[in-house]
Amino acid sequence: MSELRQIAFYGKGGIGKSTTSQNTLAAMCHYYGKKILIVGCDPKADSTRLILHEKAQNTIMQLASEAGTVEDLELEDVCKPGAGEFHPEDETITTGFIMCTESGGPEPGVGCAGRGVITAINFLEEEGAYDDDLDFVSYDVLGDVVCGGFAMPIREGKAQEIYIVMSGEMMAMYAANNISKGILKYANTGGVRLAGLICNARMTDKEYDLAKQLAKSLGTQMIHFVPRSNHVQRAELRRMTVVEYSPNHDQAMEYKELARKIIANDLKVIPTPLEMDDLEALLMEFGLEDDVEEAIVGKKEGEA
Amino acid sequence: MRPETLENLQKDAIAEVLKIYPEKAKKNREKHLGVDSPEGVKGACDKTKSNKQTVPGVMSQRGCAYAGSKGVVWGPIKDMIHISHGPIGCGQYSRAGRRNYYIGTTGIDTFVTMNFSTDFTEKDIVFGGDKKLKKALEEIDVLFPLNNGISIQSECPIGLIGDDIHAVAKKHKKESSKPTIAVSCEGFRGVSQSLGHHIANDMIRDEVMPDASARKDFESTPYDVAIIGDYNIGGDVWSSRILLEEMGLRVIAQWSGDATYKELAIAPKAKLNLLHCYRSMNYISRHMEQEFGVPWIEYNFFGPSKTTESLRKIAACFDDTIKAKTEEVIAKYTKMTDEVVAKYKPKLAGKTVMLYVGGLRPRHVIGAYEDLGMEIIGTGYEFGHGDDYKRTKEDIARSTLIYDDVNEYELEQFVKALKPDLVASGVKEKYVFQKMGLPFRQMHSWDYSGPYHGYDAFAIFAKDMDLALNSPVWSHTKAPWAKTEVGA
Repeated sequence: MSELRQIAFYGKGGIGKSTTSQNTLAAMCHYYGKKILIVGCDPKADSTRLILHEKAQNTIMQLASEAGTVEDLELEDVCKPGAGEFHPEDETITTGFIMCTESGGPEPGVGCAGRGVITAINFLEEEGAYDDDLDFVSYDVLGDVVCGGFAMPIREGKAQEIYIVMSGEMMAMYAANNISKGILKYANTGGVRLAGLICNARMTDKEYDLAKQLAKSLGTQMIHFVPRSNHVQRAELRRMTVVEYSPNHDQAMEYKELARKIIANDLKVIPTPLEMDDLEALLMEFGLEDDVEEAIVGKKEGEA
Repeated sequence: MRPETLENLQKDAIAEVLKIYPEKAKKNREKHLGVDSPEGVKGACDKTKSNKQTVPGVMSQRGCAYAGSKGVVWGPIKDMIHISHGPIGCGQYSRAGRRNYYIGTTGIDTFVTMNFSTDFTEKDIVFGGDKKLKKALEEIDVLFPLNNGISIQSECPIGLIGDDIHAVAKKHKKESSKPTIAVSCEGFRGVSQSLGHHIANDMIRDEVMPDASARKDFESTPYDVAIIGDYNIGGDVWSSRILLEEMGLRVIAQWSGDATYKELAIAPKAKLNLLHCYRSMNYISRHMEQEFGVPWIEYNFFGPSKTTESLRKIAACFDDTIKAKTEEVIAKYTKMTDEVVAKYKPKLAGKTVMLYVGGLRPRHVIGAYEDLGMEIIGTGYEFGHGDDYKRTKEDIARSTLIYDDVNEYELEQFVKALKPDLVASGVKEKYVFQKMGLPFRQMHSWDYSGPYHGYDAFAIFAKDMDLALNSPVWSHTKAPWAKTEVGA
């Protein structure tokens, strides 16, 4: 029995983080029999939808709110087994399983979602959710590391390996760099490490080279380049991962390969985030930005 | 060798205190410490840095913005309910501690000593507390139908999670047709309680002053005045207003000790605003002057000399009948206070005092001590600004050590160096000095005594100081073996 590994997926909002993480984790379970707990750290509570075949009905914070305090909750109330082949008792395809829990949080614009993440993770730890049976705990965290709450999974004793989901777009790369700064901040106290970039391809110009170069600059690897496929969307319409929907499809094989690499991954580094100028220089080098002269900054396309 | 004058002693004390600090802290703190005297030119009263952030790591005596708003300005308004919005601690630990006396039936038509709180828990932080607040406001109106309005006092977390308390207040005001006023006085704002006073004043300006309904049928007289910045600690405002009334003036409002919402709203009808605590209510006094043309003057009712001086200053703003009556009042009470002085001065004369308090007291109480022949050799403000220190110059009578936002360490060292006979400061300092065997008076809420404002109160003040200084208990503070025989 190997030691429990705690991993986390970060990345810019809308990058396909939840889709990528769920497909990857599904592949780790489906093809390699891994036992996994997914902790969704997003008030939207959609980090486990493809595993459960439905949106998580009961989040930790929502149940805590109804019960009065988080201390009144039981672990069984908030940890749901995955659907179908991911259920612990279903061993037809794999002996692995996926358990799902969501921190939940407030409606947009009120309260403090960050505090919700802190409360939820503390609850899971105190209640012993991370038991000996598990191979992996995976945190799926919203967007950027906007405040202390969303940095909770990378603090001491939590996730040791961070995978950043990104693409060849400028903003996604900015976000990846920012997340690296967050990791760097906690790297010496908490032992968190950057374990790789996952490029969820948008098929932009020179995307592969750019992602690879960014990974190199951050001191890590591009662990996998996931090509774009509509098959993922087809599976999502059925609230399934592509791994479960059509396990022999080429796209499922991509996730299988990514899963294999993560399971075997031993490149875990303290990242070396770039300064803003260096990041822009990198984008320029790969033609995302032309060599900008001061004179044309802020000018419209037709002008200058 | 330099002569051992008081001034040299004080300067040496500062130098000694600064020695322990690292360079950066020393540079900061030395700007807050100084010596000044009535003859001094550009002394510490003009130069002392104030209203700056406290050096991290020292024990400061300051409060927070919430304390300034809820504890000082809004809390004493008796017919309104002041709900502390956030976790329970702030409301409960600030409950009824300030001895703001009031007349009324608590829980029926007045609420000062009660604690109202939204009692935040984890889930309220995560999901926001707007709904809980709204519910609390509705419950208040059901349980306490005779309240004349509600103020919502924000605690720290509200500012962090961004609860829109102003929208809730607006909605409730519309539904209940009672004043509902949200105050964003989160404790982390500003460097001390001082910003809380300002924020509270601003909300009175924005939410109470425009309410003309209370002023509609008000019948004015030429002698209408309002007392601004007296919180009726131990009954201070009552012993003040009797003097003003005997002078022939009509006190139409007291802010905010024993005050009602209506008194706040009618204050702009005053012919003159009388400002006692300048620090906490100068903002609204200035506003009433600009907006309603009500002039304001500062006064000082501590001790007979200052009281007499202030009564004449106030009378000078009115006609001759008032001036004549004022002289009668002064004559009547002077006879009484002379007796007090005759009784206590022989026991207290020459005793030295060090003050460290807030608001107006670091300068205002000096006169009362001097009337008893006592000598102030050090004073400082917890949260004063430059204008407070400038005003202090007029009140000091000799070389005086000036210390701004003095911390526990500094004050203790200063006391050890200057060896005053009495320390007059807050409850946090009280036991430090009493354990050192020093007489102490708690001058925040008069050590469960008072009132201290006006002529009548001077008798109480004098008695209290005598009790503190001349209590036989002090002869027992030294261990028998440590005593040296007198004359042996």
